[in-house]
Amino acid sequence: MNTKSLIDYTLHLADNALILGHRNSEWCGHGPVLEQDIAISNIALDLIGQARNFYQYAAQLTGNDATEDSLAYLRDEREFKNCLLVELPNGDWGQTILRQFFFSTYQYFLYRQLQKCGDEQLSAITEKALKEVSYHVRWSSEWVIRLGDGTEESKQRMLHAVDELWSYTGEMFVAVGYELSAFSHGFGIDLSVVKNDWDEKIRSVFEEATLSIPVNAWMHTGGKEGKHTEHVGFVLAEMQFLQRAYPNSEW
Amino acid sequence: MSTEQKHEWPLWEIFIRSRQGLDHKHVGSLHAVDAQMAIENARDVYTRRMEGVSIWVVESKHIHASNPTEAGELYDPANDKAYRHPTFYDLPDELKHM
Repeated sequence: MNTKSLIDYTLHLADNALILGHRNSEWCGHGPVLEQDIAISNIALDLIGQARNFYQYAAQLTGNDATEDSLAYLRDEREFKNCLLVELPNGDWGQTILRQFFFSTYQYFLYRQLQKCGDEQLSAITEKALKEVSYHVRWSSEWVIRLGDGTEESKQRMLHAVDELWSYTGEMFVAVGYELSAFSHGFGIDLSVVKNDWDEKIRSVFEEATLSIPVNAWMHTGGKEGKHTEHVGFVLAEMQFLQRAYPNSEW
Repeated sequence: MSTEQKHEWPLWEIFIRSRQGLDHKHVGSLHAVDAQMAIENARDVYTRRMEGVSIWVVESKHIHASNPTEAGELYDPANDKAYRHPTFYDLPDELKHM
């Protein structure tokens, strides 16, 4: 069993959840209405909870005094393996819920496979997370429909959001080294299967939302291998500041 | 948007039944566009700490309440009618846990 691949794979899953959780948390106190402020904050917490589980596992595999905190707060940009999609700025509410829809749908189909994979820990973590993720898909897809098939203004904002985000959706399904290694060793999954399910779900929700799927095929990649947009630096600066300024501080 | 045209989302009253409970209790209210959103908002706002496992939502306009100023004529008469209470006979032992 290839431990380095397993660690990288686990970190990739953790980083996705942590970065998106952090981005969503930026809405706390700024939501368009109270109930949605709470909803997005809950989703942020769910994601950070998932991240913790993955980081704890990765720390255990890494050994050498690694902890969930050292992995989350002391790694630099190039070591983060999250997809580019989750590090992008929130934009307006439409863009945020669209990003959630794209990503949660991916997580849903990914986790559904992972809970049956050969690694006990990954399978347990994803089995537990699946219910949360199901709710995220439901919540975000309904917003896509409400805003897409809504007023003139909401429709325009959704069209803009699709424009902004679409070229970042391909990366989720392009397997990099550690993912291919994970799959061949039986603890990862086949992303092409996930992609088919994802395409189908996006298509059916977009249809109801009266939004069209872009034809543009070019996709950004790089995040999974540590090559990020300029945004991740700012996210980490904010997120890691406290631990770096006051090492080992605790509540 | 001018103030005369301001549209607030409808207000909904929320009732939650706890896991061990038998009845739904009123826990508060929130704004939502329709029943489905109301249920999800209630889930996000009122069941975060496992307060319940079942949600009822009712648009506030559909709740009709008794008038507090009429409380006297509605409720006082029941106050002194002891014969309406089932307390004047002994329960057999077999029914002790009724």
